[in-house]
Amino acid sequence: MELVFALIIGTLTASGVYLLLRARTFPVVVGLTLISYAVNLFLFATGRLSTGAQPVIGSADTYADPLPQALVLTAIVIGFAMTAFVVVLSLRNLADNEDDHVDGHQGSRIPQPKSEEVPRQ
Amino acid sequence: MNHWLTAPILIPLLGGILQALMGYAPIRLRRTLALATTTLLLVSALVLLAMASDGSHRLYAFGNWQPPFGIVLVLDRLSALMLVLTAVLALFCHLFSIGGADEGNRQFHGLFLFQLMGLNMAFLTGDLFNLFVAFEVLLIASYGLLMHGGGTLRTVPGLHYVVLNLVGSALFLISVGLIYSVTGTLNMADLALKIPHIDGESLNLVKAGGMMLLVVFGLKAAVLPLCFWLPRAYARATAPVAALFAVMTKVGIYAILRVYPLIFGDSAGALANLGMHWLFPLALATLVMGVIGALGAQSLKTLVAWQVIISVGTLLAPIALGSQASLSAALFYLLSTTWTVAGLFLLADLVASQRGSARDTVVTAPPMHNRTLLSVLFLVGAVAAVGLPPLSGFFGKVLILKSVTPGPEMAWLWGVLLVGSFFSLIAYARAGSIVFWRTVSGHIEDTRPLKARTATATGALLALSIVIVALAGPIAQYTDATAAQLKDRDAYLDILQTPVVGEDD
Repeated sequence: MELVFALIIGTLTASGVYLLLRARTFPVVVGLTLISYAVNLFLFATGRLSTGAQPVIGSADTYADPLPQALVLTAIVIGFAMTAFVVVLSLRNLADNEDDHVDGHQGSRIPQPKSEEVPRQ
Repeated sequence: MNHWLTAPILIPLLGGILQALMGYAPIRLRRTLALATTTLLLVSALVLLAMASDGSHRLYAFGNWQPPFGIVLVLDRLSALMLVLTAVLALFCHLFSIGGADEGNRQFHGLFLFQLMGLNMAFLTGDLFNLFVAFEVLLIASYGLLMHGGGTLRTVPGLHYVVLNLVGSALFLISVGLIYSVTGTLNMADLALKIPHIDGESLNLVKAGGMMLLVVFGLKAAVLPLCFWLPRAYARATAPVAALFAVMTKVGIYAILRVYPLIFGDSAGALANLGMHWLFPLALATLVMGVIGALGAQSLKTLVAWQVIISVGTLLAPIALGSQASLSAALFYLLSTTWTVAGLFLLADLVASQRGSARDTVVTAPPMHNRTLLSVLFLVGAVAAVGLPPLSGFFGKVLILKSVTPGPEMAWLWGVLLVGSFFSLIAYARAGSIVFWRTVSGHIEDTRPLKARTATATGALLALSIVIVALAGPIAQYTDATAAQLKDRDAYLDILQTPVVGEDD
């Protein structure tokens, strides 16, 4: 079980990092999501992996550490809210710049000076 | 148990909820309530400062769980200092925003207050995971605030800021998980007890966790390889938001100050002073990078944004050295630089409003309105930021220079800090002389009149650097005591013995 678990976390992280380095916002968002999955699994594993153990002391012979489960729950909630926000922001970026490049424009095109950055005279 | 400790978190939380519910109320009412909340927050921060100045650690345990179980809030001198620093800054930023910057978004005041709640929570918490939650609270509010004011200009830097911080949060969780998996606790005092007894293979896990934590805090503080998001994001944020963000990098510095001397301090066994020998050269490189950026800045706001990075470098170098005198000096400079930089952000916006289409770019333009007032304010701010006598930046830098013991570190710090200050002086002199002195004939069309409220807020924030000089004695005494308390690890560990159940004081 440990090997499969570690391989899943590793694959998710590697795919997430790869997608994060892409130039379009959609892969970046998917990459962030994959990384947050990997992080949640990782946090879950910090309480050690066990099967058939309840997170309550006294109800069975063995028990699982409840704290990582609580941490994962918090991390999931926060991660979900952040993903929603970054999706909205990417859509806004797409609408504002008519392009979903993370820099707002294609790399090949010469960036136009923004109105706040008037070149020096 | 001391219930006062929850006040700096509860006041902005309740005020923020109130603002969220009354988004359609008249703006005058919303402004009055928001300002009342911030004022109340300042009062509570001052009460906590008075309480903390007796040098003891006060504890608030949520749900009355005996630490290390459950989440605790801990008040000591450092927390109280950061609370007051933030509350004063927030009050003036709020006053400035009421001058018109809060229009266009019904939830501005709500976001502003939630941001303060996250900041205060980060300063008070004594639990590593709760610190993560506090970071998320202040970050999500800051995402909203950064976008405030609309316009396509803010979208791209905002997107970079959000994605970077999400990656930072993921790293934070991984490092917390690594540390928890070995120690089985997240309470900072309990961690400080358990870390010295770790050996064998687990040691490397904790080491990795500790180093990754430093990367996360470095990202928040904008240390060199992780600082390039800052100038664009800050320079394009609305002025009161940018000014409030002056304290955001200080949260990263606070987290380093809180976690590393306590958990990975001198008595942490094999992990003593983890990462600090990396931090020192990186801090100096950050300082150099900030100066280079400031020299190349094309607008006043960008110049001030690079000043934020300069101050981060100046602060982290003495913190990395970690002696009691250098921690005290860093805290003194922290107070001075945060308020000065925030004042300069507000000033850059005032200048931009008086120069027509030239805005705050460093170009020659027709003479601006209210030039005397604005140029004097710029002089005060620039002198304080560069560290020339007689203002507070000078005393902060002198204390930092004096705190280093002779050796190679001293040579590096003196050299980089002094040469860096000289070049930042050139950057300010260049920007100031072009913006305020060199003019072309013509007149500025359509300027907004300078509002008394915004000008007062800016002037007051910049004048604080004079106040710090006037009160330099008491402030230095307080920061000395704070540094001594930070070095006294055993006193912090006593909070684990504080009885909570059935106690009432």
